[in-house]
Amino acid sequence: MAKARFLIPFGVFVALVILLGSGLKLDPREVPSPLVGKLAPPFSLPQLDRPEAKISQQDMLGKVWLLNVWASWCVSCRDEHPVLLEFAKTGVVPVVGLNYKDQRAEGLRWLSQFGNPYRVSAFDSDGLVGIDYGVYGVPETFVIDKHGFVRYKQIGALTPEAIRKKILPLVKELEAGA
Amino acid sequence: MRRLLLALLLAGAAAGGVAREAPPAAADPALEARVMALAATLRCLVCQNETLADSGADLAADLRRQIREKLAAGESEDAVVAYLVARYGDFVLYRPPFKATTLLLWLGPFVLLAAAFGFLALYLSRRRRQQLAGGGLDAAQRARAREILGEPPQSP
Repeated sequence: MAKARFLIPFGVFVALVILLGSGLKLDPREVPSPLVGKLAPPFSLPQLDRPEAKISQQDMLGKVWLLNVWASWCVSCRDEHPVLLEFAKTGVVPVVGLNYKDQRAEGLRWLSQFGNPYRVSAFDSDGLVGIDYGVYGVPETFVIDKHGFVRYKQIGALTPEAIRKKILPLVKELEAGA
Repeated sequence: MRRLLLALLLAGAAAGGVAREAPPAAADPALEARVMALAATLRCLVCQNETLADSGADLAADLRRQIREKLAAGESEDAVVAYLVARYGDFVLYRPPFKATTLLLWLGPFVLLAAAFGFLALYLSRRRRQQLAGGGLDAAQRARAREILGEPPQSP
């Protein structure tokens, strides 16, 4: 018993290491979105390439879809872009872009230069719809179900791994659901 | 000639200073004070260790503008906070609310303090018991201790 007492500080040490070690794995930049499980905030914005036409979250009702927030000034969007193009090519679900706090000409040039994975892009020049969606770090991607509920939010660039492990299984599950 | 150049240069610098875009602010100082007081209690999502009032991030400026517009429209501070929490979660609050998920956060330090006092009380009472019992030495050990200390043997 007397010997075992020396193990107490050691035990405390191990517990601390586990606690701090697991703390290291948490990413403070990934703020859990209060939107997940709620209805996607309504918006009606001009389209990026056709200012006279509108796009609204209502137009996508009945489909599982992705809302991808992007901007021509966003550096990580450039990393994400090939992944998104690849995903759009598979045609699993439509991807709608939210062109966030951008210049129309810049955004259009970006799409013509790097390719356009979006069915349509909404043009959110003052970022108000972005605020409604709790956007704070572009790129962000929302998975929205057939009834218009947000099911998942990816903060930061989509990676092939995130698509394989998170997006595709979730999309499959949502498509199968009523 | 040099003086003229210098004067021109300075004038140019001053004009540059004037031409800088002024930060958007409400015309009404009382309203602006309310905006800043509220913004000082909220976290900027982009630079997470800064308040919305201090942060120079683009989003912080947008959010300050939203706060200003809402307060100017007669909304209460609570309504504005609820508006932001609905979008960004409790994370925007520097003072997190007291609820089930934050129980450990709020009560944890007090639990640790109570535990520390508990251990202290336990330790003290045990030491006292030991002292009352003669410091944990039996008669032979005590005699040996006296010998070492050079004290004459004593009968207790």
